[in-house]
Amino acid sequence: MTQVKMTVNGKTASGEVEGRTLLAQFLRDDQGLTGTHVGCDTSQCGACVVHVNGKAVKSCTMLAIEADGAEVATIEGQANADGSLNVIQQAFQDHHGLQCGFCTPGMVMSAAALLKENPKPTESEVRHYLDGNICRCTGYHNIVKAIMAASGQDVSAIAAE
Amino acid sequence: MYNFDVERPSTIADAVKALGREEAQPMSGGQTLIPTLKARLAAPSVLVSLGGIDEMKGVCLDDAGRLCIGGATTHATVAAEAAAHYPALASLAARIGDPAVRNRGTIGGSLANNDPSACYPAGALGSGATIVTNTREIAADDYFQGMFDTALEEGEIVTEVKFPIPTAAHYEKILQPASRFPLVAAFVARTADGVRVAITGASNNGVFRWSEAEAALGANFAADALAGMSLDDTDMISDLHGTGAYRAHLCAVMTKRAVAAIA
Repeated sequence: MTQVKMTVNGKTASGEVEGRTLLAQFLRDDQGLTGTHVGCDTSQCGACVVHVNGKAVKSCTMLAIEADGAEVATIEGQANADGSLNVIQQAFQDHHGLQCGFCTPGMVMSAAALLKENPKPTESEVRHYLDGNICRCTGYHNIVKAIMAASGQDVSAIAAE
Repeated sequence: MYNFDVERPSTIADAVKALGREEAQPMSGGQTLIPTLKARLAAPSVLVSLGGIDEMKGVCLDDAGRLCIGGATTHATVAAEAAAHYPALASLAARIGDPAVRNRGTIGGSLANNDPSACYPAGALGSGATIVTNTREIAADDYFQGMFDTALEEGEIVTEVKFPIPTAAHYEKILQPASRFPLVAAFVARTADGVRVAITGASNNGVFRWSEAEAALGANFAADALAGMSLDDTDMISDLHGTGAYRAHLCAVMTKRAVAAIA
């Protein structure tokens, strides 16, 4: 077992992990942060996306030991300081960007990474950025709409095809 | 996944030393290796993570004007930092996998793995790159030796890749949408010494140069120069996504599109 220590959502998180412990397992099982979901466990679906040192990564395909010393952000740290939903989360609610909600943590974390890199993405850029996030309920249109809305753009012209 | 020890060296020298341990396996971004470990297709005793070696990261130009990329440089970094110098290579990196995979996966890891459908082998072979390891420099023409096979010795790691920058180049791929690997892709580079065409995703022997197309394009750099030309499909990958004959057909289509994009 190896001792790891990282910052998760601004707080110090430490624990003992095996070599094979995935970052997703450390967050969920050790830290109790079960908002990060593991859907496919093969890095296809993106439900486990978190930010490591500001970059979106699939936490099911990174070892916890590799995040030792890193700054990690998960869905649990996304709400505003007063507990209200942040602009991306609120847009998902307003535009029905989720149904069962399983993929939503990864969708929100990917959206946050996109808007940090590209504050006013086109619809096509949003769709391409979500290449690695799979949703089996919504058909993506409302997720794309929510992200466009969260970027402050007019979404009235985006039809739910 | 079976358990293993993890070493996180911060220098190339320490990584090489760690790889001397019994049943040690290097890991760069882990985007292929971690799923492989989960499937128990690999069972190292020691995993040597190369992600913390700063001297193996970054993109720069050397005195000969070559684009030099550290082996542990992620696809996202290459996409951003190579764009001004070698747009075709940056575009290749920008289309690997998805954004989260590009933030972890590295050029050295891709070249060391040499997946027969990976993008970087086509970029390296098509550019005539030099693969630099902890012990030597290997020309791309000598480096790729078959499916998942390279000239790397046990414990040898890709520390840097040097790309001569062609006059013009283009990477054309048709996506296999579930895996996000190319079904077939062609990297075409026009250089002072002639034309290079590298094909990935097609052959059972991994990436290869299509020399007949190179000769035809050397004489006349136009998509029409490839009219009627085709590759033998007997040793092409044939699976549920496409037959060998379909892949052989796509080789010509991808190459023509790449040429048309340049010409």
